[in-house]
Amino acid sequence: MIELRHLTKSYGKGTHITTALNELDLSVEKGEIFGVIGHSGAGKSTLIRCINLLERPTSGEVWVDGVNLTALNTKALQTERRKIGMIFQHFNLLSSATVYDNIAFPLRLIHTSKSSIEKKVNELLALVGLQDHSDKYPAQLSGGQKQRVGIARALASEPEVLLCDEATSALDPQTTDSILKLLLDINKRFNLTIVLITHEMHVIQSICDRVAVIHQGGIVEQGAVTDVFLKPKHVVTRDFIRGESDNSELFKQAMSGDYPLKSQVLKITYLGGKTYESILSKTVRETGVDFAILQGTISTIKDTPYGQLVVRFEGDPEDIVVTKDRLIQQGLEVEVMG
Amino acid sequence: MGGLDFSLIDWKEIATAILDTLKMLGASAIFTIILGLPLGIILYLASRSSSRRVNSVYVVLSFVVNILRSVPFIILIVAMIPITREIVGVSFGVLGTIPPLVVGAAPFFARLVETSLSEVDRGVIEAAEGMGASTQQIILRVLLPEARPGLFAAMTITIITLVSYTAMSGQVGGGGLGDLAIRYGYFRYEKEVMIIAVVLIVILVQFLQMAGDRLVRHFTRK
Ligand SMILES: Nc1ncnc2c1ncn2[C@@H]1O[C@H](COP(=O)(O)OP(=O)(O)OP(=O)(O)O)[C@@H](O)[C@H]1O
Ligand SMILES: [Mg+2]
Repeated sequence: MIELRHLTKSYGKGTHITTALNELDLSVEKGEIFGVIGHSGAGKSTLIRCINLLERPTSGEVWVDGVNLTALNTKALQTERRKIGMIFQHFNLLSSATVYDNIAFPLRLIHTSKSSIEKKVNELLALVGLQDHSDKYPAQLSGGQKQRVGIARALASEPEVLLCDEATSALDPQTTDSILKLLLDINKRFNLTIVLITHEMHVIQSICDRVAVIHQGGIVEQGAVTDVFLKPKHVVTRDFIRGESDNSELFKQAMSGDYPLKSQVLKITYLGGKTYESILSKTVRETGVDFAILQGTISTIKDTPYGQLVVRFEGDPEDIVVTKDRLIQQGLEVEVMG
Repeated sequence: MGGLDFSLIDWKEIATAILDTLKMLGASAIFTIILGLPLGIILYLASRSSSRRVNSVYVVLSFVVNILRSVPFIILIVAMIPITREIVGVSFGVLGTIPPLVVGAAPFFARLVETSLSEVDRGVIEAAEGMGASTQQIILRVLLPEARPGLFAAMTITIITLVSYTAMSGQVGGGGLGDLAIRYGYFRYEKEVMIIAVVLIVILVQFLQMAGDRLVRHFTRK
């Protein structure tokens, strides 16, 4: 659906060049929710703004729905842009227009008839749950409500793609969750492709199918969220995940204790239905080793439940090896930590 | 020091002066807005363009606007006499004051327009661009509505400035309240007429300011 080819964007000239994106390649499939995560200044905003050419790349191509946007003239680009909705961190609503008129804005640009506008806007107001606020001005709304107007406005022209530039960064945690739920709902209902950028792993974990980690203008790691999240390879990715569950100090303490020689620490990862099965306890009952849980998380990635435990096994070394093999046989991932 | 005697005042002359002031003000305000608003929009757009050619247009326009703004109005009236005659046929009377009033006020108004437009949130403009809005649509549907309170404030300031300009237009026999006040009060030492004329000007300015403030308040949504 979206393909970025060798995208480079630099600002400034001469000796003051900042390269925000460096020969970046990225492809997003139709209907997926694709997350881009990165630290401040990594180039996230530049990347997403290049997709609808709010920012012109210095070199490289941007393909959306089979069209090379970078090759279009102004007029053709304006037409193509209607297929790409966008929502913003600071909402960017017209302060002089009511909720209704803000949502109607993209339709009026293409001279839609009054009656179709009314029908469409009312539909969208219902979708985002703002039926009772249609005559209010943005200044009279809460942040979450403003973002709902932003979403409704972005959907008015029935786009193929929705770009979200830090769409929840200005919202509190509860509101963030409700907006993310709404995005997920829209994605499923309209098979809408969503690209979102964020610096919060939580956002990626809640709704994204795939994720790319961007660092210094390049993608350092990408893949299914479950893979990247549970087996992060790059140090930047690890940073984000550790930031999310910051108990590494606790873990160090647990690891540095004075333990019997005959012990081994393993990291066990469950995914999907296995999360709720009693695999670990059954296995140790059979092999006769003891265990202590040093650290643990049970949570979900999008709709997939997962668990990750760091466990210290105590007992006969051979029994521990058997335990490990049995766990692997039953479909768990096991990594030796020490 | 004799007291004031209002019994000898020629009220008809005052009525004529009021009418002349309103005519000058109305006509010059309309043309100032008609010329100044597009000029302000052009200044705004040219200042933000990434094209070097358009940027040089901005430099030239901006220079001309600055020159016109720095010429004292009295001198502008005199300097413009031939042009005024060319445009409206006469260089005196109510009609003859309108071209210099417009040329004096339009650049000033254009600058105020440019400033109000540049206060419109960049993000809102980008959102519209992202939705495929053309430049014309952005001007008509984003910039002007979003800047509306600022534009009404700019009009108020400009029209009040025009009131004080009309007071100077007696130089070309323009008439009006300001002319009356100067002729009677300054040249003839007949304070009564001058006082009445000045009071009327003050009332006019107060009224314009109040009306302008109301419009600004009515359209402010922040
Ligand atoms: N208009 C600009 N002019 C010059 N440099 C810019 C411009 N926009 C971005 N940059 C630079 O490009 C780099 C990437 O910026 P970008 O805004 O894409 O980062 P980001 O990942 O969105 O960061 P944040 O999380 O803080 O929003 C930064 O080094 C920034 O200074
Ligand atoms: Mg950013």
